[in-house]
Amino acid sequence: MTPTTSIRGFLRRRRFHFTRTRHCLLGLGVFALIGTQASAFTAYVSNEKSNTVSVIDTDKFTVVNTIKVGQRPRGIELTKDGKSVLVAVGDDDTIQVIDVRTHEIVATLPSGPDPELFTQDQTGKILYVANENDNTVTIIDLHRRVPLGEVQVGVEPEGMGLSPDGKILVATSETTNMAHFIDTETRRIVANVLVDARPRFAEFKRDGSEVWVSSEIGGTVSVIDPVKHEVKKKITFDIPGLRKEAIQAVGISITKDGKTGFVALGPANRIAVINAATHEVQKYLLVGQRVWHMAFTPDEKYLLTTNGVSNDVSIIDVANLKVTKTIQVGELPWGIAISQQ
Amino acid sequence: MIRLLLAGTFLFAWMSACASAAEINIGYLRRSDPKSTLSLVQTSAKDDGIAGARLAIDDNNTTGRFLNQQFSLEDVPLAGEGNASAATVALAERGISLVVADLPAGELLNAADAGSPRKVLFFNVGATDDRLREEDCRANVIHIAPTRSMLADALAQYLVWKQWRRWFLVVGSHAEDKLYGDALRRSAKRFGARIVQDKVFEDTGGARRTDSGVVQIQRQLPVFTQGAPAYDVLVAADESEVFASYLPYRTWDPRPVAGSAGLVPTSWDGSHDQWGAVQLQDRFMKQFSRRMTARDMQAWTAVRMIGESASRTGSTDPKAMLDFLKGPDFALAAFKGQRLTLRDWNLQLRQPILLSDGRMIVSVSPQEGFLHQVSELDTLGIDRPETQCRLK
Repeated sequence: MTPTTSIRGFLRRRRFHFTRTRHCLLGLGVFALIGTQASAFTAYVSNEKSNTVSVIDTDKFTVVNTIKVGQRPRGIELTKDGKSVLVAVGDDDTIQVIDVRTHEIVATLPSGPDPELFTQDQTGKILYVANENDNTVTIIDLHRRVPLGEVQVGVEPEGMGLSPDGKILVATSETTNMAHFIDTETRRIVANVLVDARPRFAEFKRDGSEVWVSSEIGGTVSVIDPVKHEVKKKITFDIPGLRKEAIQAVGISITKDGKTGFVALGPANRIAVINAATHEVQKYLLVGQRVWHMAFTPDEKYLLTTNGVSNDVSIIDVANLKVTKTIQVGELPWGIAISQQ
Repeated sequence: MIRLLLAGTFLFAWMSACASAAEINIGYLRRSDPKSTLSLVQTSAKDDGIAGARLAIDDNNTTGRFLNQQFSLEDVPLAGEGNASAATVALAERGISLVVADLPAGELLNAADAGSPRKVLFFNVGATDDRLREEDCRANVIHIAPTRSMLADALAQYLVWKQWRRWFLVVGSHAEDKLYGDALRRSAKRFGARIVQDKVFEDTGGARRTDSGVVQIQRQLPVFTQGAPAYDVLVAADESEVFASYLPYRTWDPRPVAGSAGLVPTSWDGSHDQWGAVQLQDRFMKQFSRRMTARDMQAWTAVRMIGESASRTGSTDPKAMLDFLKGPDFALAAFKGQRLTLRDWNLQLRQPILLSDGRMIVSVSPQEGFLHQVSELDTLGIDRPETQCRLK
C-alpha cells in the first residue's frame, strides 16, 4: 500500500502547487492564465467502476477534476469541435455529452442499448455506436441528436474504426469473430473478415492503407488490407515468462506518420511497440495492470494508457519509448480521450 | 492455408448469394428424467442445458449469415427405457454426425461406441466423471463439462489460498457422492490441505419437500457435525442432493461450508458478470426468462465450438472439426477471461472454474501462484503426466 499512498500524497502536493500557481497567475492578470491553460492538453479518462471521468492536465500530469457520470462509463471521445466529451455509459443505455468548459453533462444521445465504443465521421456530424447487447451498429446525427439508422452485424459488436476518407466503417463483433466492413453511404456490409477470437478494437492507418484489428482472447492483431479485405499479416506476441493466456490484445494506437503502432496487451500489463511498416514487435513497455486503451497527446510526444486493475494511467514518452510517470485515477479506468488544444 | 481457404469460402459465399447454405445439423441427446434438489430454487428447468445449445445455435447463425452456414438442433430427449445407442444410430442414419450429449457416464460410453463406426463426434456436456477422460476415454468424445477433479482442485486452491487447510469432509452414501469425495481427498493432498475428519452421511431415504421441514433438520445437523477436531471449513460431497444444502448455518462449530453447498465450484453461474459475461447472461434471460446454469453454459460452449470449427475450417466434416479443435489454432472465447482450449491427450476442455455462493462469484480458479509449465488451467484436474488415457 505504501507506494499508492505516497503517489497519492505526491499528487495532492502537486495539485496544491498547481492551484497556488493558478492563484498567483490570476493575480498577475487574465492573459497569463489563458497562457498557462493553452499550453496544456486535457485528457479525459472513463472509470468503469467509479462511474466518473477523471480530467488530467497533460502539462503537469495531474488529475484536476473528477466528473460524475452515468453507470459503467467506457468508450470516450471528444467531439470534432473540441467542445464536448462523449462518454458511453453502458448500464444507462446512453451516451452522455459533457461540456468541456463547465464539466457538466449537458445532453444524452439515443445510442441504443448498452453502448460501448463509438466513432465519429471527420465532420463530426455522424456518430457510429456499437451496441453490444443488440448485434447492431447505431448511426446517430450528432447535431440533431437523433438516430439515423442501424446496421445488423455479428454477435456483440464492439470495436469501431472509420477509414480516413469516412467511406468505410469497420465494426468488430466479439462472439462472431469478424471485422465487418460497412459502406457508410449505403449502410450495407460489403465484406466480413474472420479474425482471431474476441476482436475488440479497429484502427485505420492515417493513409487508409491498413486497418488493424485486435483479438483479445486470440491474443493477436490482424493487419487487414481494406481494399482486398484480406488479413495480410497477423501480429503475435511472445513475452518470456508470461503464459499465452495472459497476452490479450485490446487497444491500438498508430502514429500519424504510420510508422509506429502501439497495442495494449491487457493482463500482460504491457504495451507492445510495433514497427508499423514491417509489423514486427520492437519492444514491450511495462505499464499498469490490465491495460485497456490509450491516446496520444496531439503533438504525439506522450501516449497515455488506462490500466484497469491498478487504477492508474501510465505516461509513455513516445520518442524515447519509456514509461515516465503513473497517475492515480478512479476505479477501473477504461477509455481515454485527449483534447486537440 | 486456413486463411486462404476461408477467403475462398467467403468469396464463394458472397458471389453466389443464391446458392444454398451449408447446413450443419447437431443432435442433442439428453436424459429428461427430472432430478430432485433440496432447494426449490435450484430445481432444474425442463430445458436445462438445451436452452444454452439453442442460444448458441442463434449465435452461430448470426455468424453463419456472413459465411453461408446454417446451423440447426435436433432434440432427442430420452426418458425411462430410452436407449442412447439406438438414438445415436438413428441420428447417424439421418446424416447427423455431431452430437451434444447430456447423459450419465455409462450411457455416454454406449452411445460413443455405437457412434464410432458411423463417424459420430460427441460433445459431453453433462458427465463430470474422471474415468471418461482417463481409463474409459474415447477418441470421438470431447468433454466440455469439467471433471470432478477439476472442480475439486478449483475449490481446494481457493481454500488453501484462504489458509483454510483443515477440512471436515462429509461424503454422501451414493456412488457419485463417493467419486466426488475421492476427488476432494485427492485435491486436499495435492494442494496441502488436511482432512481432519472424514464422515459419511447415509441417505436413509425420505422426501426432500415436507411441510414441517426445518424443525428436525436444525436439530439433526448440529448433532451430526458435533465433536469434530478443530477444523477451518466443512467440505461436503453430495451430488445426490441429500444433505449438503442443509449444512450452512447449522454446523455445531460456526464454520463455512464448501463443496456441494456454500461455496460451490462450477463452470457457470447466473451471477457471473465479468469479462463481458453480462452480454451472454442478458441474451439468455431475454430468450428463456430464467438464469443460465452450468449445464446451459456447457451446452452453449459445445455448440459454439462446433460453430467455431465450421467457420474456421469451412468444413462440416467431424474429422476436420476434431483436428481443428485439437490443434494450436483453436481458442474459444467463453466469457472466462482467457481462451479455452482442448487438452489433446484426453479431449477435455481447459477452463477456469467459478466459485459461487449461489448469489455472487466469490473467486475464479486457478488461483494466483499455482503455476504450470504449459497452462495454469492444467493445475485443475488430472494432468498429462498422470493420465491413463490412450486415445486410439
